[in-house]
Amino acid sequence: MSQAVGINFKKSSIDALIAGFMALVLFGPIVGVVLDGYGFNTEFVRVAWMVAAVAVGRFVMSSFFQTEKGIAMAFRYANNDEGVEVLKPGHKSKMVWIIPLVIVIGLLVPFIASKYVLTVVILGLIYVLLGLGLNIVVGLAGLLDLGFVGFYAIGAYGLALGYENLGLGFWSMLPIAALMAAVAGAILGFPVLRMHGDYLAIVTLGFGEIIRLILTNWASFTHGPNGVSAPLPTFFGLEFKRRSSEGQTFHEFFNIPYDSAYKYMFIYIVLFAVVWAVLFIKHRLVKMPIGRAWEALREDEIACRSLGLNHVLVKLSAFMLGASTGGLAGVFFATYQGFVNPSSFTFFESALILAIVVLGGMGSTLGVVIAAFCLTVLPEMLREFAEYRVLMFGILMVVMMIWKPRGIVRVTRTGFAARKGVVK
Amino acid sequence: MDIVLQQLVNGLTLGSVYGLIAIGYTMVYGIIGMINFAHGDVYMVSAYITAIALALLTFFGIESFPIILVGTLFLTVAVTGAYGWVIERIAYRPLRSSSRLSVLISAIGMSLILQNYVQLSQGANQQGVPTLLTGALRFHVGDGFVQITYMKLLILFISILGMGVLTYVIQKTKLGRMCRATQQDRKMASILGIDTDKVISTVFVIGAVMAALAGVLVTLDYGAFDFYVGFIIGIKAFTAAVLGGIGSLPGAMLGGLILGLSEALFAGLISSDYKDVFSFSLLVLILIVRPSGLLGKPEVEKV
Repeated sequence: MSQAVGINFKKSSIDALIAGFMALVLFGPIVGVVLDGYGFNTEFVRVAWMVAAVAVGRFVMSSFFQTEKGIAMAFRYANNDEGVEVLKPGHKSKMVWIIPLVIVIGLLVPFIASKYVLTVVILGLIYVLLGLGLNIVVGLAGLLDLGFVGFYAIGAYGLALGYENLGLGFWSMLPIAALMAAVAGAILGFPVLRMHGDYLAIVTLGFGEIIRLILTNWASFTHGPNGVSAPLPTFFGLEFKRRSSEGQTFHEFFNIPYDSAYKYMFIYIVLFAVVWAVLFIKHRLVKMPIGRAWEALREDEIACRSLGLNHVLVKLSAFMLGASTGGLAGVFFATYQGFVNPSSFTFFESALILAIVVLGGMGSTLGVVIAAFCLTVLPEMLREFAEYRVLMFGILMVVMMIWKPRGIVRVTRTGFAARKGVVK
Repeated sequence: MDIVLQQLVNGLTLGSVYGLIAIGYTMVYGIIGMINFAHGDVYMVSAYITAIALALLTFFGIESFPIILVGTLFLTVAVTGAYGWVIERIAYRPLRSSSRLSVLISAIGMSLILQNYVQLSQGANQQGVPTLLTGALRFHVGDGFVQITYMKLLILFISILGMGVLTYVIQKTKLGRMCRATQQDRKMASILGIDTDKVISTVFVIGAVMAALAGVLVTLDYGAFDFYVGFIIGIKAFTAAVLGGIGSLPGAMLGGLILGLSEALFAGLISSDYKDVFSFSLLVLILIVRPSGLLGKPEVEKV
């Protein structure tokens, strides 16, 4: 083996040359010739840099994968699609203190953070909720749902239109929107869940687009692209406005000066509580038979059906639960923005939520929470790179699938020990 | 009556374009069982390359329409084919043994990359190309008339030619036999000495080339496009592929025609605002009622 560890530079150079030529063909027209009306401007320097970067990168990669380390690495990445990591029976995590700590910090945030930071954190939490919802569908049940934004839109428009037409407020719409989204999930899911995984992805994608097109075109009901305003939550009937047309407002009742940050504080605290409730419910569900059934179905559908599992019902339960979480997130989004219009519910939004789940690790709650914050808060902080955001998501999705298809945080599970008195 | 006939003519050209793009979906699905989610964006890239090729050719002072058309077709087909090859090489080949979910997510990532890459390098604004071929045939029907522009005739001619050549290649040549063998049983084909990786690459290139033909024709006819144009037409072409039976080549062409005709009739007679909703609903309906499509074989799941 020892003599094999030489780098064949001739091979690397040929690889680099081919890669450089391909880069020239690809980048030459699109990057090098920028359309301007019916004429064009040229950007040849940019093309030269990109071609050089690709050629050098390919050369380094080709050389590295010829070394012993590189071969070992390539082998490891070719075989890393294993399932969950099983811990020893009776394993106790040393990280138990982290949950109370996060709760305490989370409750302190609205009182120390500025209004801007608070709005960013609220957005992050909304995406945590969306990520958790989609994680049940994609991560646990293995159903690729590309129309998740449809349920999000149902929740958001449910609040806005429910207020406009029926006078329903935030608190009554919160459960109703979750229910509405779940019903929509059932109506969509029941016929399509018998389908093959890839078909399901396209059908749900079509569903998300249908919802958006209806919201855009049914102008007499949804006001089309102009959007609808959504109400703010109330604190036991007290409004968070400067002046109220009826009754007292929040700051008048407590006799404190008006501050527009109060409403964000309140939304934050409610959202924080809801996220924890969803986290808790999900945590318990995964350990229940239904959660086990989701994961079993994801791993091997034919085996599950042979063992008598009703696969449509199991999938439907995951689909509806995920949808209702998406509906909840939609209500929060509408009240946080105070306004909804169809452009918030494009396919890109579905892809972003999917990126959160993929990056976080399919089925891993902690991973989804971290990824949701990374993907929503980081772009807010790096405003100057905002236009590269989508490109980054795309690259992230491809690279993660090749490198770590199970996400950054691996799912772990405590193993079972045989109880006393059980015959071995 | 004249509206119906006019919409039938429009639907026929629209359908042949859908058919061309659907070929890419159906062949890739047939050979490796994945939905190439980035295929619509390959079409979008080809629309940009068409405009760039046109701008370059006019810049070099070429004015005769046939030369411009052939030059644009050649350039666009070559560059788009290269895109098809590279996309397969980067995003799909490393995932050959992974789960279907991983490959699909990788394809969605690739689609986002292509859209944003074109947006960053060409700008987010809508682009356009000048009208090169004008004039039309007119037929009087009752009180009104039906109009077939020369551009629409050209679309029909080139798509029929493209599909004909492809059918010949798949049915009669050695390459086509290799493709069909790999589609039927990839492992067996590789045992028999077929380089299946190369065949899969070829299929991606063929799909991209067909999408490029559609890209050139639609861009020359319609004129305007932006970086988001591949998404809707991609889903519709996928609908066409499913309608005809995914994996089946004649199915893709038939599905394209049926979808184009029914969509044009729906737009002309009922509502053009909801024509996309109609196509998506049709897709959902087909998948529920007859997932194997018109000409496809039902998929049998094996352990």
